[in-house]
Amino acid sequence: MSAAVNTGFSVKRLAALVRKESLQVVRDPSAILIAFALPVLLLFLFAYAVSLDVKGVRLGVVLESDSSQAQSLAAAFEATRYFEILPARDRREVVPKLVASEIRGFVVIPQDFEQRLTSRAGPESLVQVITDGSQPNTANFVAGYAEGVVQNWLASRGAGNIAGFLPVRFDPRFWFNPEIETRRFLIPGAIAIVMTMIGTLLTALVVAREWERGTMEAVMSTPAGILEILLGKLLPYFILGVIATLGCALISITLFDVPLRGSWAALLLLSCTFLVPALGQGLLISTLARNQFVASQIALLSGFLPAMLLSGFIFEIDSMPLIIRVITHIVPARYFVSSLQTVFLAGDVWSVFLPNMLAMLAIGGVFLGITARKSRKSLDT
Amino acid sequence: MMTRLIAQIVKELLSYLRDPKSRLTLVGPPLMQLLIFSYAATLEVDNIDLAVLDQDNGYWSHEMIEQVEGAGFVRDIHFVQTPEALTAMINNREVLAGLRFPQDFSRDVARGKPAAAQAVIDGRRAYAGQVTLAYLNQIAASVGAEIDPRAASSPVAVRHWFNPNLIYKWFIVPSLSGILAMLIALLVTALSIARERELGTFDQLLVSPTRPIEIIIGKTVPALIIGTILASVMIAAGVFLFRIPFTGSLLWLLAAVMLFILSMVGIGLMLSSVCKTQQQAILGTFSMAVPIVLLSGFVTPVENMSGFLQLVARINPMTYYLIIVRGSFLKELPVTEVLNNAWPMALIALVTLSSSIVIVKRNLQ
Repeated sequence: MSAAVNTGFSVKRLAALVRKESLQVVRDPSAILIAFALPVLLLFLFAYAVSLDVKGVRLGVVLESDSSQAQSLAAAFEATRYFEILPARDRREVVPKLVASEIRGFVVIPQDFEQRLTSRAGPESLVQVITDGSQPNTANFVAGYAEGVVQNWLASRGAGNIAGFLPVRFDPRFWFNPEIETRRFLIPGAIAIVMTMIGTLLTALVVAREWERGTMEAVMSTPAGILEILLGKLLPYFILGVIATLGCALISITLFDVPLRGSWAALLLLSCTFLVPALGQGLLISTLARNQFVASQIALLSGFLPAMLLSGFIFEIDSMPLIIRVITHIVPARYFVSSLQTVFLAGDVWSVFLPNMLAMLAIGGVFLGITARKSRKSLDT
Repeated sequence: MMTRLIAQIVKELLSYLRDPKSRLTLVGPPLMQLLIFSYAATLEVDNIDLAVLDQDNGYWSHEMIEQVEGAGFVRDIHFVQTPEALTAMINNREVLAGLRFPQDFSRDVARGKPAAAQAVIDGRRAYAGQVTLAYLNQIAASVGAEIDPRAASSPVAVRHWFNPNLIYKWFIVPSLSGILAMLIALLVTALSIARERELGTFDQLLVSPTRPIEIIIGKTVPALIIGTILASVMIAAGVFLFRIPFTGSLLWLLAAVMLFILSMVGIGLMLSSVCKTQQQAILGTFSMAVPIVLLSGFVTPVENMSGFLQLVARINPMTYYLIIVRGSFLKELPVTEVLNNAWPMALIALVTLSSSIVIVKRNLQ
């Protein structure tokens, strides 16, 4: 390719390329599937399947004592909506069920429960709670809620003065999300994942396919410049991504009851900014891989899974080991998730948005820069 | 027929192993994922920043702050002078929570009245916030015990079986072995027929004397080999690298791994036989993989899901595999329980594999 032919930037050529790419997107049902059907599926799953709230967790209650007090405590467990109770008389009945993961834990109300209740002086406990530690998260919730049930039961029979008395305590107030609905902070994160799928995975596959089939060389040999070709590739997916985000936001607000406390303008601006590194990453992957299987694997490793695990959307970044905290800084989704949670739940906090947007643009710039260099080189050699 | 079958299997394996980039991506990414994500995926809360507004400045507020400062989960405490400064720090995500000790906090303690400090928590990070609150309550309880020894004992004695210290890696690494093996098995098989279609070699295969069942076996065995090797490497990493106790039977676990991968291969083959291009197959794989992971009890217990999703979870092979792999590591899962969870996987594998044979047969006609 001689430099003399393609100097200058032609809007007309770009428009033609955009048109060609858009037709390709519209004609392939899988692109439509990933841009519209998949986001809906994902939002639905995050709203209904990934609930970190506890309700209806199966718990065994082993009643070793026949006393009325013990029965009353068992009834208290029965009454709460957190647990679905499996009654038993002997712990040997429930242990195999715990091993088989049929229950998440069990409570033992001991034979001498009545005695323990009346002569409660020392550090002796009233009941024993056994949890399934192989699922630490659920184990923590089971322990916490079971203790809550016992505390409430004690308080309700007036024994609260001794057992439930706390000289000092913390009164919690959850800002932005007072009912602590996990859905409200998971769904903004789910939008970031959908955008990563469209931006990174889809772009990576589309361009890798062109390399695989050799049509990329064909486009490159035309008078179109590298900038025009790259822009022509990116613009249709950029628009697709923006439409998908706005669609997701609309579904979240109307169907899943997530508030949008910030402005639509801020949401739109943030989404456009995130698409720069996301698309840049997809383009870079496809340029390096040039093979759809390899491109999909790299997109999975460097795009999808980090967006899921390293973005702070489910797992708290501050709690990760130092080296992984450092890695999270080059994951664009990290900045997007933090901004999305803010724009949905808190409002337009520009002191959060601006640094995040700068970071996303910087990462995107690096990706696009490397891509442009690699593409040019490959034709020269 | 045997030689034909072997030739086909060798050909399939070669199509992945010949290209150095494919070879690398077959092994490299899953192992890197295992390493990075087993360290990253933690629901433990650690290393967080807090803001403190001490309007009391008395003995007991100092005592509480000192204990919070000394607690393992806190990295930095930022002292602020006004409620506005506290608000700003939370809004800007500089701290996870702010603690406010009101003016008469110590006075209330001295008078024997229950004293309450306020914990304002960022609801955008509500999960970490809830865990932090639980830690703070423990601190309040231990300070409370200093004030009044009667408040010391909890009415409940908690024991966490199988994993007494609730180490998160013990949970995540065995589960990841299933997730990563699932991804690779699904992708390898979903791509295999789609690629041949795209290149036009599938028609050649169909007109050759190879029978549909041989085509399916030829596609199944390589994916089974690759998937089983990967899963075994990850299980070994769990035992030797992460030092997770392995209490069950290794042989039964391996058998379960193979059944699990077979059922995934079946799903992948069904997927690939409806996809026309590799791109569709890859996107189809992703669309399948996400629900398979989310509806398996990996993140939340199955019984926590809504009714219809529980049903889906029951036809998801991953649900059964996770029970077996977690049980084999930590719970000394008896063979009867392995079998109880293995037969649904076998059934799914049987249904999906035989339907893909039917689909290939239909292609022939």
